Amino acid sequence: MIAASAPVKEQKNYLNAENGLKSWLLTQDHKRIAILYLLSVTVFFIVGGLFAALIRLELTTPAGDMLDSNTYNKVFTAHGVVMIFFFLIPSIPAILGNFLLPLMIGAKDLAFPRINLLSWYVYMLGGTLGVIVLATGGVDTGWTFYTPLSTTYSNGYVVLTAMAAFVAGFSSILTGLNFIVTVHRMRAPGLTWFRLPLFVWAHYATSVIMILGTPVIAVTLFMLMLERGLHIGFFDPAYGGDPVLFQHLFWFYSHPAVYIMILPSMGVISEVMSTFCTKKPFGYTFIAFSSVAIAVFGFLVWGHHLFVSSQSAYAGMVFSILTYIVAIPSAIKVFNWAATMYKGQVRLTAPMLYAIGFIGLFTVGGLTGLFLAAMGLDVHVTDTYFVVAHFHYVMVGGAIMGYMAGIHYWWPKITGRMYNQLWAKVSCCLVFIGFNLTFFPQFVLGYMGMPRRYHVYPAEFQVLNVLSSGGAAILGLGYLIPAVYFLWSLKYGAPAGDNPWGATTLEWQTSSPPPTTNFEVTPVVTTEVYDYTNAEVPHIV
Amino acid sequence: MSSHSSVAAHDAAHDPNLKHHFENADQQKESASIGMWVFLLTELMFFGGLFLAYFVYRQWYPEAFIAASNKTDVLVGAINTTVLICSSLTMALAVHYASKGRRELLVLFLIATLLLGGIFLGVKGYEYHDKWVHHEIPGEHFECHGCADEVHTQLFFSLYFGMTGLHASHMIIGFGVLLVLIWQAWKGQFSAKWYTPIEMFGLYWHFVDIVWIFLFPLLYLIDRVGRPLL
Repeated sequence: MIAASAPVKEQKNYLNAENGLKSWLLTQDHKRIAILYLLSVTVFFIVGGLFAALIRLELTTPAGDMLDSNTYNKVFTAHGVVMIFFFLIPSIPAILGNFLLPLMIGAKDLAFPRINLLSWYVYMLGGTLGVIVLATGGVDTGWTFYTPLSTTYSNGYVVLTAMAAFVAGFSSILTGLNFIVTVHRMRAPGLTWFRLPLFVWAHYATSVIMILGTPVIAVTLFMLMLERGLHIGFFDPAYGGDPVLFQHLFWFYSHPAVYIMILPSMGVISEVMSTFCTKKPFGYTFIAFSSVAIAVFGFLVWGHHLFVSSQSAYAGMVFSILTYIVAIPSAIKVFNWAATMYKGQVRLTAPMLYAIGFIGLFTVGGLTGLFLAAMGLDVHVTDTYFVVAHFHYVMVGGAIMGYMAGIHYWWPKITGRMYNQLWAKVSCCLVFIGFNLTFFPQFVLGYMGMPRRYHVYPAEFQVLNVLSSGGAAILGLGYLIPAVYFLWSLKYGAPAGDNPWGATTLEWQTSSPPPTTNFEVTPVVTTEVYDYTNAEVPHIV
Repeated sequence: MSSHSSVAAHDAAHDPNLKHHFENADQQKESASIGMWVFLLTELMFFGGLFLAYFVYRQWYPEAFIAASNKTDVLVGAINTTVLICSSLTMALAVHYASKGRRELLVLFLIATLLLGGIFLGVKGYEYHDKWVHHEIPGEHFECHGCADEVHTQLFFSLYFGMTGLHASHMIIGFGVLLVLIWQAWKGQFSAKWYTPIEMFGLYWHFVDIVWIFLFPLLYLIDRVGRPLL
């Protein structure tokens, strides 16, 4: 089937419909904007990764022999700011969501194509400000910008960095707004809410968080900039303010932001699981509503970041319980994915391997989150490497594994080409091994009391730190190999055909790569989603 | 399925304002409307952070907030409130006449809205200047003679400038959009069939107006009961 569907004469698609730089920079096609995001987000991923490499290099020895403390502060801040605001938050929604949402609901485009393009330019403006900060000397506050360090004592470019995050935030608001309106108003005839792919549900829930949470970080950074730049103070006690208010406002966005990063990945995993188990996801409605539940409860747990910040014990207890509650919808998803595999026709393709890896690593990340939700235990491990390991299990083990699963799953649709499965599986194994080697020792280090954000540490922590740095090197290699075989596939990959995996959702019913208008005729949906009764299941090598 | 696409093609051929990716004008208008309301929701959260800070600090330092609030000029604030409410009326009339396809009246009321918005910003500038002269701008030059709690009086003024400043920046953006809309309305780009941008901008303008309706009592009127207003 793969070779047979390759046309003799190349047909017009979104990639070759128009040529020239201008046709890309002024495009209003959601698929081309997704490609613009793919390229720019990848650049920021590489930048953030280089900073991570510097951190791990420095930490191979107990002494601070490569970076002084001030530089080290700037390096981990740069790693955090770049990875969170310029990689993780836009990664899946702005690339895969942008590309797939209209295709999955049978629409010609997102509701507001010009706003979609604007969001990319806003993102690039924020990114440019971020790059200016990095080039001119950086900032040393950590990505959290806690006051009064950021507003009074820091000697870095705080206002410019805050401005970069502020501007990038508007790009994510615009994306979320576009997705919400698109899902409400642009669905194909017959495509009811409960026929939507779970990827769409996950992105809808993500968009709700984006539009409700992001404005709050925007106004918080606005106040921070006023305080730092104009001495119009809100948080520094010298101006009569309270620094803990900053922490409340900051985490009111930044905890839900964790769900902005993980929910789209969960959507990817639901799609990949269904396709490669050749089975409707077990508990479709439960998975759909658990996305919504995560979006709602995610807004009520920010106080667990303030257990040691003078928050009252009673408030702490409420936040602790709510944090346990938000784990329930995540657990529902994990159990449902596992149940989907049970008695399914499981095909271990590269995307499927990534998805299975996601489930394992995300489960570890989620469960250690419950440790941190327990107030007593949290006091012991606050600001240690235990926390660092926990959120890297969720963000790298969860969000990035999901992103990789998604890129591997939809690459044939996006480019029309297949990549080498063997190399993809090898690199997935490298990522899995390298990741665990990097971050598992950090749980132990943190529990033993190694604090985060220091460039020196006692000699007895060295063995575990060297293991972690070695793991990071393997992880880096695991991320590098896909770049090679993906680029290779663009020229030498076999034509993918419309539906190389035997998937059922709408995006696989149009050609690969899709035409500019997505579908020749608007599809009319008459069957339930994930209906495999008539599906062909191709054998993939 | 074929009927759908042919209907879309038919509409697209006759309606220059219908974008190619929508099936029909209703879908396009509903999308714009939902999009605008979602945007206003984000605006609500945006202002919400400052309102939260205001409520927390006012709860903690009521005396300082009362003392600071009484330093604002109620008469000027009240005049500005009236001006802004009038601008909402002219905006509502502009939308009304847009829906009737009355080009001249649409342009007239958009210009009226623009002028009233401009008056508001001018008065706001006068107030800021007054605060500058009296050293009531937070920072090194802040002075408050005879204040019982100087640092928290200053905090009130931080909130005053943060909140009115964010509000004024929304007015300025609205001012810019109005200029474009007046130009487009003058050129006759809107009709009774299609005036979506006017309607959506009306929603934005009323929202900015409503924010001020909350700011005015919170900043000017905390403790004016039983006191001479002037």
